[in-house]
Amino acid sequence: MWKWLHPYANPETTYHLSDRVIPWFGWLSGSLLTIGLVWALLFAPADYQQGDSFRIFYLHVPAASLSMGIYLGMAIAALCGMVWQLKLSDAAVAALAPVGAVFTAIALFTGAAWGKPMWGTWWVWDARLTSELVLLFLYLGVIAINNAFEDKQMAGKAASIIALVGVINLPIIKYSVEWWNTLHQGATVSKLGKPAMSLEMFWPFVVCFLGFAFFVATVTCIRFKTEILLRNSSRPWVKNLMLEQAK
Amino acid sequence: MEQGNVLSYFNLFKLVLSRDLKIALRHRDDVLNPLLFFIIIITLFPLGIGPEPQTLAKIAPGIIWVSALLATLLSLDRMFKSDYQDGALEQLLLSPYPSFIWVLAKVIAHWILTGIPLIITAPVLAGMLNLPTESFLATFWTLLLGTPVLSFIGAIGAALTVGLKKGGVLLSLIILPLYIPVLIFATSAIDAASYGLPYGGQLAIIGALLVGALTLTPFAITSALKVSTN
Repeated sequence: MWKWLHPYANPETTYHLSDRVIPWFGWLSGSLLTIGLVWALLFAPADYQQGDSFRIFYLHVPAASLSMGIYLGMAIAALCGMVWQLKLSDAAVAALAPVGAVFTAIALFTGAAWGKPMWGTWWVWDARLTSELVLLFLYLGVIAINNAFEDKQMAGKAASIIALVGVINLPIIKYSVEWWNTLHQGATVSKLGKPAMSLEMFWPFVVCFLGFAFFVATVTCIRFKTEILLRNSSRPWVKNLMLEQAK
Repeated sequence: MEQGNVLSYFNLFKLVLSRDLKIALRHRDDVLNPLLFFIIIITLFPLGIGPEPQTLAKIAPGIIWVSALLATLLSLDRMFKSDYQDGALEQLLLSPYPSFIWVLAKVIAHWILTGIPLIITAPVLAGMLNLPTESFLATFWTLLLGTPVLSFIGAIGAALTVGLKKGGVLLSLIILPLYIPVLIFATSAIDAASYGLPYGGQLAIIGALLVGALTLTPFAITSALKVSTN
């Protein structure tokens, strides 16, 4: 496996790899999202209690779980960067942080829009909402420290440290606020076992979720490419590439 | 190498600790200003909210703890700044001794200079905020166990931002979210005490946070210092 992975420590190879996969991810995400959202918003059965307003579920839940998944991915990239001193990991952390922050913001916004008709209020100081808000703060901290350093390499290392400290703290924060106050319903879709919803509602959710996941992959790859170019701007291959594209 | 030139780990710890304390005591403003800040913030709350004793007693734990967080935050900037500017930090990093020891000494020195004054003044301020007398002991214990956690976690941020010109706001943005668990458990312990309920569980969790911070954060602080000194 190391032999197979080894060439990708080279920024040029990885740049071209992400260049190649972007159209695949993009088309997959576009078609899955079109199918999933049309299915979910127009054809899936309405909830017997919440009526049509439950349909925001198909946006809210993928955004919320991806926001946490992206943070985990960012922390793994940060760890790899710290352990193996891979410069590309710093680029990955820098590429992932804003995407994750936007997804956290989407989760919070759709949650507020859903909470208004259901709970009668935009915002409650409930455990999950609070920990999602703290997650947003952690993302913003990573982005802020990434921008604070002039030197890209130092910025990457500093952001990696903050991302790792955050990932150790995240479960502690999550359990402390949960212990503090809980109103949010339990998880509806768990990875293992049967979902606690009917299958007619569940399948469109799976399609939507995959669509959003591929969307994250597409956007991240585009950002990752830019970060690689920024970090290697003095290398000859970048200059050649730019000259080729200018033609 | 001559035996006489080698410091034992304990002596290294003592040396760094006493050096930091000595330097701080010769710049008394640095020690007094965060404490003054703590007292002034606590004074502002009754003025902003109103002097009703019941209201104040209800929000007193939160006020004391939020003010303690902010006062610690204000003092963090100082932790590595002068050592960074005069090059002492780089020399410490280059020294053959494990960084864990002297980082621990520096953070504990910071706690002695900011945490202990807060613990000493807190009962007076708690009395002014009309906190029930049953909660005084709980306030003392939570501050005793909680303020070192604040110093340890804050040191990571201080180490990362030491080389930046405008590190202050960034430091608070990074560090404050990480302070949330301490705040939650400390205030709920004080609340429980005011109702006469047992609060040993919350204290145990703060103690666990302290042990975790004591053992894990020095590694993060060291790597942050290495990033900052490049």
